[in-house]
This record gives sequence, structure tokens and C-alpha cells, in this order.
Amino acid sequence: MENLNSYLIVSAILFTIGTIGVLTRKNVIVMFMCIELMLNAVNLTFVAFSRHLGNLDGQVFVFFIMTVAAAEAAVGLALIIAFFNNKESIDVDDVNLMKW
Amino acid sequence: METLFFLIITLVALISAILVITCKNPINSALALIMTFFCLATYYVMLDAPFMAAVQVMVYAGAIMVLMVFTIMLLNIRVDATKKHSHKLIFASIIGFFTVINLIVMLVKSRAALPTGPYSGEMIKMIGHTELVGREIFTSFLLPFEITSILLLVAIIGAVILAKKKI
Repeated sequence: MENLNSYLIVSAILFTIGTIGVLTRKNVIVMFMCIELMLNAVNLTFVAFSRHLGNLDGQVFVFFIMTVAAAEAAVGLALIIAFFNNKESIDVDDVNLMKW
Repeated sequence: METLFFLIITLVALISAILVITCKNPINSALALIMTFFCLATYYVMLDAPFMAAVQVMVYAGAIMVLMVFTIMLLNIRVDATKKHSHKLIFASIIGFFTVINLIVMLVKSRAALPTGPYSGEMIKMIGHTELVGREIFTSFLLPFEITSILLLVAIIGAVILAKKKI
């Protein structure tokens, strides 16, 4: 096992890359993938701390996060398909129906 | 040796993560994201969590990404639909800079508590990681585990309802 800090730095950089992707891209599916990237960065932090502290609760949380991510993928992709059927586009700038 | 391996995996993970947000074509982004997931599975193996690595490969790189690639191919988007790509790049770079500085300082400089839990590396190797995680899930975390099944049921019904032609 390497030291804890290297894993934490990698996780922070991955999370930031995901954040920048969500902020810059216009494609809904790519934004969705960036959210998955952020979730995975958090998972890496959980597992690294769990191993460091000798406590398996963090890995059980990773298990639940994966479940939530699977549910999110199913519902989110269904929403994207419904949106594409209505507007023939997956650009987030076209999702302005509820914009004030 | 392990440090060198860690650096190589880190390099691959970061390059593929950057490819996720820079590729024009969503299919290329999806493939780069699968590469990142495999790198994370490698990290889990290095952190003595082989069950988590297997679940990562099966659930993330298998199920979720197949669903996503399937959706991309189903929608059949023209590539020229990605015209406005990066007009918020400076704003996002500033936010990202502060985020990474903040995260690194918060995570690294804050002192994690001393190793207090009972699960050392030798114990995980001796008993087996899957068995230990299974014991945790089905004793301490039994109620959240059952609630997870309701969450999945709701997600299934929601996806079916949303994907219907007329609601």
C-alpha cells in the first residue's frame, strides 16, 4: 500500500476534471459521464480512507454509491431519450422550458 | 516498484480523464471513461480491496457504460451538434483551480485519525476481502441494504415510465 496522500491527490484531481467537464460541455451525455467521473473520485477517497483507518464501513458506502449510480444512469438516460424525442437535440442550452 | 506502477496508472487515469472532457465525439469520451474506470479498479486492488475492484469492473465498466454507449448509438447524434464547445472555459478553469487547491489542502493537510479499526492488511489477506465486506453489509448495514432494493425498484419503474412514447 502506498501512502494515503497520493491516492487523495489523484482523487482530488479526478474530481476537479469532472467538475470542469460539467461546467464546459454542452452535450448532456458527456455531462452525465463527468458526473460518473466525480462519483468515482469520491469512491477512491472512500476506499483509501477505509484502508488507512482499517475500517470497512467506507467500502460498504462505495457499494451503496455504485447502486445509486446505477439507478441514476437508468433514470437519467431515460430522461435524455425522452428529451431527445421531444426536441431532437441533446444540447443543454435547449433545455430552457422552466427557465425564468 | 510499486511506486513506479502507481505513477504509470496515475498517468493513464489522468490522461483518459482529460480525454473524457475534451473529445468531440461522445463515443470517444465513453471509451476514455471506461479506461479511467479500469485504472480505478487497479487502485482498489492496490488498496487491498479486490471485491471492490471486481464490482467496479462489472457494474461501472460493464453495466453502466454499456447502457451509456447504447444510448449514444441509439440517439444517432450528428457530430456537428457539438458546435458551442468551450465559451465558458475561463470560468470553469478558475472554478477548477480553486476546487483542486481546496480539495488537496483539505484532504492532505487535515490530519486523518490514527488507524483504529480492526481490519489490518494481514487480516484481510487471511480471511478474504469478500467475506469481510459481506459480514459488514449483512450485519451492520442490513437496513440500508434492504432500502437499496426499493431504490432499484423505483429506478426500474421510473425508467420504464419515462421511456414510454406517451405518458
